[in-house]
Amino acid sequence: MQQIKQSLRGHTDKLILAPLFKLLEAIFELMVPLIIARIINVGIAAGDTGFILVQGGWLLGLAVLGILAAVIGQHYAAQAAADVGRVLRSRLWARTMALSYEQAEAAGRGKLIHLITGDVTQIQHGLNMLLRLGVRVPLLAVGSVVMALWLNPRIGLIFLVTVIALGLSLWLVIRRILPGFGEIQAEQDELSRLGREHLAGVRVIRAFNRQASEAKAFDRVATGLTRKLMRVGRMIALLPPLASLFIHGAVLGIVWLGARHTYAGLSNPGEIIALVSYMGITLLSIMVAVHLTIIFTRALASMRRVEAVLELTPSIVDGPGAVFDADAPVLEFDGVSFAYHMGARSALADISFTLRAGETLGVIGGTGSGKTTLAGLILRFTDAAAGEVRVGGAAVGAYTLRDLRGRLGYVPQKAALFTGSVAHNLRMAAPDAAEEELWAALEIAQAAEFVRALPEGIDTEISQGGVSLSGGQRQRLNIARAIVRRPAMLVLDDASSALDYITDAALGRALRDWAEGTAVVLISQRAASLRLADRILVLEDGAAVGLGTHGELIERCAVYREICRSQGLCS
Amino acid sequence: MNKHILRRLLPYVWRYWPYLLGSVVGAIASVLCFLLLPVLVGRAIDYILGVGQVDFIAVGRLLQIFVLAALGKALFQWAMFTCTRYLSAKVGQAVRRDAYGRISEAPLSAIDGHPHGDLVSRLVNDAEAVADGVLSALSSLLPGAVTVLCTMVLMFTLDVRIALVVIIATPVSILPARFIAGRTRKYFRAQSEVQGRMGAYVNEMVTNGAQVAAMACEGASQADFDALNERFFRSNVKAVFYSSLANPMTRFVNAMIYLAVGVLGALAVTAGGITVGSLSAFLAYAHQYTRPFNEATAVLTQIQAAGASAERLFAVIDRPPETADAADAKSPDSCKGLVELKDVSFAYAPHRPVIRDVNLTARPGTHVALVGPTGSGKTTLINLLMRFYETDSGTISVDGVPVTQIARPALRRMSGMVLQDSWICRATVAENIAYGRPDAVRAEIEAAAKAASAHSFILGLPEGYDTVISGDSGLSAGQKQLISIARIFLTKPDMLLLDEATSSLDTRTELLLGTALARFMEGRTSFVVAHRLATIRGADWILVLDHGEVAEAGTHADLLARGGLYARLYHSQFGVLET
Repeated sequence: MQQIKQSLRGHTDKLILAPLFKLLEAIFELMVPLIIARIINVGIAAGDTGFILVQGGWLLGLAVLGILAAVIGQHYAAQAAADVGRVLRSRLWARTMALSYEQAEAAGRGKLIHLITGDVTQIQHGLNMLLRLGVRVPLLAVGSVVMALWLNPRIGLIFLVTVIALGLSLWLVIRRILPGFGEIQAEQDELSRLGREHLAGVRVIRAFNRQASEAKAFDRVATGLTRKLMRVGRMIALLPPLASLFIHGAVLGIVWLGARHTYAGLSNPGEIIALVSYMGITLLSIMVAVHLTIIFTRALASMRRVEAVLELTPSIVDGPGAVFDADAPVLEFDGVSFAYHMGARSALADISFTLRAGETLGVIGGTGSGKTTLAGLILRFTDAAAGEVRVGGAAVGAYTLRDLRGRLGYVPQKAALFTGSVAHNLRMAAPDAAEEELWAALEIAQAAEFVRALPEGIDTEISQGGVSLSGGQRQRLNIARAIVRRPAMLVLDDASSALDYITDAALGRALRDWAEGTAVVLISQRAASLRLADRILVLEDGAAVGLGTHGELIERCAVYREICRSQGLCS
Repeated sequence: MNKHILRRLLPYVWRYWPYLLGSVVGAIASVLCFLLLPVLVGRAIDYILGVGQVDFIAVGRLLQIFVLAALGKALFQWAMFTCTRYLSAKVGQAVRRDAYGRISEAPLSAIDGHPHGDLVSRLVNDAEAVADGVLSALSSLLPGAVTVLCTMVLMFTLDVRIALVVIIATPVSILPARFIAGRTRKYFRAQSEVQGRMGAYVNEMVTNGAQVAAMACEGASQADFDALNERFFRSNVKAVFYSSLANPMTRFVNAMIYLAVGVLGALAVTAGGITVGSLSAFLAYAHQYTRPFNEATAVLTQIQAAGASAERLFAVIDRPPETADAADAKSPDSCKGLVELKDVSFAYAPHRPVIRDVNLTARPGTHVALVGPTGSGKTTLINLLMRFYETDSGTISVDGVPVTQIARPALRRMSGMVLQDSWICRATVAENIAYGRPDAVRAEIEAAAKAASAHSFILGLPEGYDTVISGDSGLSAGQKQLISIARIFLTKPDMLLLDEATSSLDTRTELLLGTALARFMEGRTSFVVAHRLATIRGADWILVLDHGEVAEAGTHADLLARGGLYARLYHSQFGVLET
């Protein structure tokens, strides 16, 4: 819990003041039954109206002081909880962004999102409740017992027995309920998963006439959930009657013992009424404690999850800084190897090549041949296991990440658009770009025409990741974004896979005209797109099986020849 | 919650009337027993006067009744909670089942046009919220109302003046609660607005982690996030504060009423109006009477939320289903595969036609290639052939029968469809392959997998054909496509619709599969959409679509000779960089 504790720093005042004021409120509250007892025993007994009114004044004073203390306590609690939530979210965000690609994948991107948006809220809620009730509830529970013992030690013993017995039996039931919550959550997740699966596969399901059996499958999971809800519900339904049995049993004892003690002169009716009132407070605080247990259990689980991510050390970190040598080759691979998961099948083995400004390197190979890994090594999404990747004469690891990536333009196959206008999306990588530069980039990326046709042109808002745009349009906007920043090197990883061939060809021409002075790494499944590259690297199972021009490879490289033949490029 | 929604929900509650009955009877009986307790204690105290002045027989008799009432209360309360929990779970399940049923009958336009996440959230979260609403209405509002009514009656029987004071104080006590609730709602609304934005921001930045990292704008993104975080904090701290005022304020109001009852009661006792025992009962009732009012605010919010959820669910349930198959629709077992399209037009949205006046005749066993730039309507045509969508005008017929006259299940049984985005359900590999024919035996499944070149990679999986896979279980897009293809190899339909069915395969696998697929397609009328023109050169007929219209049609040689769109598409692919 080291990380969580750190987030609490600077809130010591609030963390003390909030419970302190809640404590005051609870003390004021505990005094009320005492005064009522005095009203009955002294005021009524003596028929003293003045005394009753004075005691009423005391009650009023206590109530006002109580609410004031409560408001102040709640204020500090809210401040502390909300602020700790803010700090945790900010730190989680920074850590999430600093994780390497692989770490983020391993941690699960969905889980990371939920940590920031969900778990922190649970922690915050838990802390808020702890500050508000963590002192108040035990104080009320213990306090009412102490007051009862002080009023009448013998009858007060009933309190002690009841509180312990009730606490134990509630705990026994709750211990069986808590895992049920987890099971319910799991069933709900499964139901969501199934619902998403069915919606995603609606065409296949209907094509194979499987609606009825899939509805049955959904119903089975839903029924399972309902059963779990009913089972847990049955146990929860046990709690209030259980508590009330204990409490009323205690009241019974108080009245009977009270009667006997009064007869013997050891008690009086006022005291009995006060004791019954304290029993009410005890009951209430125990029920709240039950509720708190559930909140704290959740908050603790969330805390552990958050803690685990905050404790991750980013595996890819800044280098000391390096100078980009404009005269050196833009990109060099020098005997580079890369293995997934320590010792498993090598994803890249001993790759070497050199790429200068103005040149284009084509990379081709089947799925799983290591094309995307190669792109990832240039951008330092991962680091090479052996050999060295150099950019501008210096090892990629020597640059700060910001400096290195700032020099590169990268477009993956899966296009990403962010909420905001088209212009905002283009400026994300180059905040200072003028509008003409944006249009120039759109022209090169073959996107200008359709952007002009959008309702508000370049200022059109993009929603839900650009669902209203076609896959090809999204890819072209991504290419434009990479161009806007005028990188030293452009890395296109199957970035035009959704374009039809005419547009793809036009894009290829425009890129070549633009790319003078820029190095281009062009990864593609289409041999035709790479034909005029200065050099083509042919990958198979992570090994370079060919490096040369189209003509040379057709002559020498069997794998390349096979690819070209299958795509109709040669006979 | 409006009346309309309540009226829609009631039948679901009625359906489980025994639980409803148990819950209502339980609520009333447990409240009555519960309210009897303070009276009994009060009367018992009246028999405890002082030293040597205790009527033990009377106290004992009263306490015996007390025991019965306490047991009754616990028993009825347990019955009420159990019945209510059962009822709410059942209602949630019933609403969910109906909504799911409607979604599975909905026309595809309703599913394509609705974010899936939202539909799922309705099925899961909204159904849950409806169940919670039923639960709080029955387990909190109902006993609350009974309590208020009964305590009112009891207090009046005890002392009219004090009862009047309590009842007049009620509306006053509700005022601060309403003020707080209003404030809380305001800030919670502001908070959830920012929360939505923050969620969307986090979602897209984290999901597109590689892009974000490559843009090297993490510094900016930290500033962006912190700005949102700061805004969230500002509404969050207020929302938390105001909502946390509800309880102390309730306690304050309770204290005031308690104080009024205590002082007035004591004065009444000294004046000889009531007994000390009645005062004790009064004090207890003052608590019981105010509690439902205070709880009502929270419960009503929850019920309102349930109402909103119910509205969302009924919006799904009320969607018109897909037009049913005609009563006299035919259900042929097989077809020859003569497919004709006459003047077929279709638009997803009015006035934006996607398909315009398409005509085509595919003779039995011929292969038709659908070619054209992105957005030209190729996939839409496949959708129409499968009757996922209905034509706006014109007819599609199979063996001379309009498809609207063929029952959908029959039409789909005769057509084998493979899409670019393969769908894998969470089940074993064998079950996935047998998706179209669940009764297939293992030998048939393996034969289909072998034909689809999927056998070798399947054997490499941890448990071979019994490995449980799902959409995100680590299979490559190509492997998923092979499984999708194996499915139709198993069902052996009369017609084939392949929409970019081999787009994710690597070159070698595609070559391997190509021969088997070509053999399978022999004698089956096939419609093939592909970007790779090499795979469509051998088609009997090529339909070139552009902006939803047939730009050209003919054989490969014809079209190349014509030098039109097809020729340009063809040359652009095979000569990209020469021009």
